[in-house]
This record gives sequence, structure tokens and C-alpha cells, in this order.
Amino acid sequence: MHHRNLISIWFFIGVLVLVYGVIILAAALFNAPHEGREIVLEELRADIWWGALMTALGLLYTLKFRPKKKD
Amino acid sequence: MSTPFPPAFLLAADSGSLIRLSPVDLAVIVLYFVAVLGIGFYLKAHTKTGDDFFMAGRDMTAWVAGLSFLAANLGSLELMGWAAAAYQYGILATHWYWIGAIPAMLFLGVVMMPFYYISKTHSVPGYLKLRFDERSRALSAITFGLMTVLMSGINMYSMALVMKVVLGWDIHFSIWVSSLTVAAYVFLGGLLSAIFNEVLQFVLIWLGAMLVPIIGLIETGGWAGMVERISRNFPGQNYTSLWSTLGSVGDNPMGIHWTGIVLGLGWVISFGYWTTDFLVVQRVMTAKDLRSAKMAPIIGAAFKMLVPFIVIVPGLLALAVLPMTLTGEAEALATGGHSYNEVLPLMLARYLGPGLLGLGVTALIAGFMSGMAGNVSAFATVWTYDIYRALWRKDATDAHYVSMGRWCTVLGVLVSIGTAYLVMQFASIMDYVQALFSFFIAPLFGTVILGMLWKRCSPSGGFWGLLAGTVSSIAMWAWVKADPGALRYIAFSPEAKDMAENMYRALWSWLICVSVTVAVTYVTKPKPVAELAGLVYGVTPLPDEGHLRLHERPMFWAIVVSLVLAALNIYFW
Repeated sequence: MHHRNLISIWFFIGVLVLVYGVIILAAALFNAPHEGREIVLEELRADIWWGALMTALGLLYTLKFRPKKKD
Repeated sequence: MSTPFPPAFLLAADSGSLIRLSPVDLAVIVLYFVAVLGIGFYLKAHTKTGDDFFMAGRDMTAWVAGLSFLAANLGSLELMGWAAAAYQYGILATHWYWIGAIPAMLFLGVVMMPFYYISKTHSVPGYLKLRFDERSRALSAITFGLMTVLMSGINMYSMALVMKVVLGWDIHFSIWVSSLTVAAYVFLGGLLSAIFNEVLQFVLIWLGAMLVPIIGLIETGGWAGMVERISRNFPGQNYTSLWSTLGSVGDNPMGIHWTGIVLGLGWVISFGYWTTDFLVVQRVMTAKDLRSAKMAPIIGAAFKMLVPFIVIVPGLLALAVLPMTLTGEAEALATGGHSYNEVLPLMLARYLGPGLLGLGVTALIAGFMSGMAGNVSAFATVWTYDIYRALWRKDATDAHYVSMGRWCTVLGVLVSIGTAYLVMQFASIMDYVQALFSFFIAPLFGTVILGMLWKRCSPSGGFWGLLAGTVSSIAMWAWVKADPGALRYIAFSPEAKDMAENMYRALWSWLICVSVTVAVTYVTKPKPVAELAGLVYGVTPLPDEGHLRLHERPMFWAIVVSLVLAALNIYFW
């Protein structure tokens, strides 16, 4: 994967996970509607900590595997 | 190992959607489609030669090849079907992930991979050409091509049906959108694109599905609390013992004896699938060097061992926490209740809020698409190299074969769509097509393993053994269809369920393949030893691994994974 100067797959994954993390976190913080569903153990606020975890992981991978400029 | 014999899936449902998605959930799903197509377009510029398109340039790292190897199997019915099986059969379904997968994956990495890798073949049929002759390659290539596109169609139909039942989406919309997306990104970037997307899909599957067992186990108060609730909800039934109920076919809900699990599943079907099914082996062949090629299946095995956490545990949790009892499809339709097959969506809807639910549904879609891309890219390689080039155009340019590969990706998808519509019209075809795996994979394993480990094995022995194993497997299946009483001979019990029958039929066909191969070998001429270099154990000098540190050695990690597997089996005995 390194021979052809391809952008690393982990960069793509990082970007998508980062975007997903931000969306999920924002939906949690702004209390997006549940479409009438009752969610068991909602008080755990899994959406907040899972969204935060994904945001952090996504950011880490995006930065670590970002394409480097060629000399 | 679960793709070969997924549980019977829902055949009809028209009860409206199970889940209502919010705009946030839809945004998450749409973003996923944009991402996989974007990766396809990006990789098109990097996919110029045949090696790029069909073998991803043979420069994947062990991690990428290993995760892709596993993701190609985490396809279609995997998540939904095995969560349903866990609800129906309890923890017994875990055997398809542990003894039914891990030993074979480790064997592939440690023993077989050097021969696949050193021979520089493009495919498993290609290996048979080098080891035996054109007859064995043609037989395995044609059966593999047929099996692949038909299975792809079955998977596609099942996915569309899930989208209809779970989300209320139109079945035609689901079939065309998902299949054209897969066709587009494989057409553009070939195996390279398929592998990139499979790794992405693997990550999304975990992120989307992992919260269900985590929150579920919090709700039940941990594993012990879950077991206690299941015992209370279903008194007198054992859903949480892995081995202790397998002493008699009447003691467990699957109706299977431990010999069927160990010999049929753990030996023939598992080794056949994980070491010779080109759909998964192709991913490992793309590794950048021999050490990576050996490590890739071991990395895949380590993660495979964890998959029951996101597939089996949700099914068990459903037994513990759902207020209703799930039933078979026919009863669910008659009573307006829910079927086993809806267990994973029900658990997603139980625990996941807006956004997270979209991620969970994306995990399901990602699973379906990674499985389909695996089928289509493997079909493109086998068709182009082992059928088209071998039988029609031996001397075309590399660019011509790449073009052929691109277009037969589209052809493969179109045939799959046709199969999906055929299944829609004639539901019983689904049963027949699933049996294809047992027809072709078990005997193929006999042929490959003898060819790889026994230098005396002759080309005629290889071909006639493969043919005899395949024909006898089909004959046994037809015998039971015509006379269900034949089950007592094939599966040792007239009450054996479909899965048990599959296990024993595979075992018999493997034994027949091996017996015929050995018998024919002793009356025919073997290949000169000089022609077997790089193909057979004992005449292939294996490259020295050099002065690798302990933690860099594939064998070390294979032993670690084996020990963990043994410990898990003892713990859940």
C-alpha cells in the first residue's frame, strides 16, 4: 500500500468515524427526536460517550494517517 | 465460519417496518454510501494493471489483508442470521465462530499460505492448474464461478428483504441501490477498492453493533445475570453451555452430536471454507510479503474469535430481556408477532438512540455489501484468469484482461440481481443454492490438502477425486430430498436438522474425494518432482524467517490464539 503513494485506508476510516462521531454527539447534545421509540437505559447516555469516543478516535486516525506533502 | 450454511432466513414478511429512522440516522446511512463510492473513484487512478485490479498490487499489510479476509466473510446473513441462530439454538451457534473457524484460519496461515504465496498464483483454481492440470482447474473454476454469483444473488435478496422488514424500504430499491453501489466501486478499483471498503466496513460493523452487547450486559447485571434470566425465562432448557449438551442429539436444540461439530464442522467444512474458498483466500494472497501473508489469517482469527460478542451475545441477551417470545417465520406471520430473524434489529431499536441507530443499520448494510463485494471480486478474478484466459484468450494484453475483469464485475452483479429476482419468485431455490457450498467446498478441500502435502498425488487422482467428491455430495443431497429416511444413513439420525445433515454430507463427500484421489493416484503417473517445487510440502524450500523477535513470528501468535480459543471453550463448556 505504500509503494504507490496511496492515501492510507486508515485515513479514510478516521475521517468517516470523526464525522459520524460529531453527528452522533450533536444529535445527543441537542436531543434529536426518537421517532416515538422508548430506549432502554437511556439514562446511561450511551450516545454522548459513544459519540465522544468516536470523535476522539476519528480525530486521532485522521491526524496520524493524514496524507503527507511530498518534498 | 458461517457463510456456507446460514440459517434459513425469512421468506416473506409484509408487516410494515420494525424501526423508524430519524433524519440523523438517514444522514449517517447516506454518508456511508458517499464514502464507499468516493473510495472507489479515488482508487480508480491507482488500478491500472492486472495485478492492481485482481490482486490489489500484492502489497497489502498483514492488518489490511487480515481484516479484509475476515470482513469478506462478515457478509450478508452473518450478523442477522447468526444473532437469530443464537436466539434459537443458544450459545451452540458460537461453534461456527470458534471451532468452526479458528483452527482452519490458523492452519491456513501457518501451513498452507507459504504454498499459495510462493506459487504466485492468482487463485485457488490457478493453484490446482499448477499442482495438477487444466482439468482440475476448469472443474473448480466453473463450479466456483457458479456458486459465487448464485450466493451473491441470494445474499442480495436477503439483504433487500431485511431492509424491507426492518426499515420498510422498497425491495427493488434496496436491491438496485446496494448492488449498483458495489458494482461501481469494484468496477472502478477492483480488488483494491473491495479491500479498502471491506476494512472500512469491518470498523463500522464493530462501532455500530458493539453497543448492543455492552448496554445489554449492563441491563442484565453481567454474564451471570443474563444466564440467570434465561434460565428463569426458559426453565429446563440449556442455552448457555457450549459442549456439555452435545453428548446426545436429543439433549440440544440443534439436534447434533459432538462428532458432527468436531468432524463435520470443525474439520471438513471449516477447513474447506477457510483454506480453499477463493472468496476469502484471495484477500490473503494480496499480502506484501510471506510473513504478512502468514500473519493475515492469524490476525483474522483473533478478531473472528471476538465476533460472537456482537452477534451471539445479542441473541442470548434477547432470550434474557425481551418481553415477547420470538418464533419461527410462519408462526410470526400467522400471529403478527416477531420472528427469530428480527432479533438484532429489535435489540438495536431497544438500546440505540438517534444517530446510533443509523450507525447500527449502517453496520448491517456494510456487512451485506462487504460480503457481496467479496463474491463479485473473486468471481471477476476466477472468470478472467481461470475461465476466459485459460479456455478462450490465452494471449491477450494485460489491459484487455483488466477490461474483462471490470466488465465481468458488472456481469456478475447483473447475474446476482437476476438470481435475487429468481429467488423472489421461487423461494425454494434458496435452499438449493445454499446446498451448493456443501457440494463444492468439502471435496475441494480434499483435493487441495492432498495436493499440497503429498507429492505422490497425481494429476488424474486430483481431478477424479474432486469430481467424485462433488458428484457424491450432490447425489447424497438428492437422495435425502427423494427419501427423507436416508437421513438415518447420512447423518446417523432420522431427526437430524438441516445443519446436521450438511455437516455429515460434507464429511462423507470429503472422505470419498480423498479415497478416490488416493486410489487413482496409485494407478496413474505422478508429476515429476522437479515440477512440484513451490507447490508441495517437502519439495519447496520455505524462506527462512530470519532473526525475527518472538512477537514478530506468526507461529507465536498462532499459539497465543490457540490457547485463548481453548480457554474460551473450557470457560463456556
